[in-house]
Amino acid sequence: MHAPAPKTLAPKTLAPKTLAPKTLKVRIWRGREEGSFCSYEVPARDNQTVLDVVTEVQRRHEPALAYRFACRVGVCGSCAMTVNGVPRWTCRTHVAKVAEAGAITIEPLRNMPRIKDLACDMRGFFDKWQKAGGRFSGTATRAEPPAKVDPANPRRRAADAAIECINCAVCYSACDVVSWNEAYLGPAALNRAWTVVNDERHALRRTTLDLATGEGGCGNCHTQGSCMRHCPVGISPTESIAGLKRMSLLSFLVRDRDAAEAPAGARAEAEEAPA
Amino acid sequence: MSERTLFAAQRLSALLLGPLVLVHLALILYAVQDGLTASEILSRTRGSAGWAFFYGLFVLAAAVHAPIGLRNVLAEWTPLPPRAAGILAALFAALLLVLGARAVLAVVVPA
Repeated sequence: MHAPAPKTLAPKTLAPKTLAPKTLKVRIWRGREEGSFCSYEVPARDNQTVLDVVTEVQRRHEPALAYRFACRVGVCGSCAMTVNGVPRWTCRTHVAKVAEAGAITIEPLRNMPRIKDLACDMRGFFDKWQKAGGRFSGTATRAEPPAKVDPANPRRRAADAAIECINCAVCYSACDVVSWNEAYLGPAALNRAWTVVNDERHALRRTTLDLATGEGGCGNCHTQGSCMRHCPVGISPTESIAGLKRMSLLSFLVRDRDAAEAPAGARAEAEEAPA
Repeated sequence: MSERTLFAAQRLSALLLGPLVLVHLALILYAVQDGLTASEILSRTRGSAGWAFFYGLFVLAAAVHAPIGLRNVLAEWTPLPPRAAGILAALFAALLLVLGARAVLAVVVPA
């Protein structure tokens, strides 16, 4: 018997890979107010976020590149930048979603002074949060039992709809009115004011309403809706500001009994609240 | 005047202007369709307390509403400081008031 001849398989010849690895062209702002865009090329990867790209540029090309990030998962809001002209959280933005012809342009957020490269000075933004009366001032002491707040109450529901803001300043950067009017408090600060004027535990509701409707307040909003369009957590500051306008007008006509005048000392404390 | 008062004044004057403008437009259409002459119109408006009140209110509301908007436009789009924008807007309010009052008096005061 002859053993069957072993099958000889011709070695599998694979076509040589001639495709070069895909690359992504990145233009990044370098400098402060005066500066220019620098171009880099980084490998294009699957599931790559814009923050990954910035990190790659810093680690492999430009160690002096300044930018901010912390959590990398859309919780802290510190990595917000302007990507192809749109303010975004870079950690939650996939390159595939925003790249135009294999290129992205990254700048710092708008409407704030630039410190270096992609980092901007957010002090003015946070100061306005205080100027709008956003600091909570309780009516009860620690010794008292917690307030019973009905979650179905319309005011509580209005506050709940706006409460998840994490102050990333994307809305502030998107707002044209902020760019025209330096005194305008901006969407985030007014959104915060709307949550506290609807909080029945807040002692200074009248003061907050006065601050949020005074100079630079809600009356300056043009209802363009950019804040609502770009908010990464889906809040509508536009709606909050419309609520403040409505409340301001109603309280102008009928003194709101719920928002009783706060003691003078407490009012002064709120107005002088540190940034 | 505080920002809040100006905001309320502009919204409340807009509330008045809405129906007043609609009636004014309807009136224009009626007068044109019906072929009323100027003397026929004047014969109806002169000595009429109703038309005096209607157009007097119209002029007042317009003189409050438009200058507040103009002040905002000047403050946002020109390098004028807010105070200068306020002064210009106040002058514009006075102009509207004078021209409007002159027009109303011309059609309601009996010849």
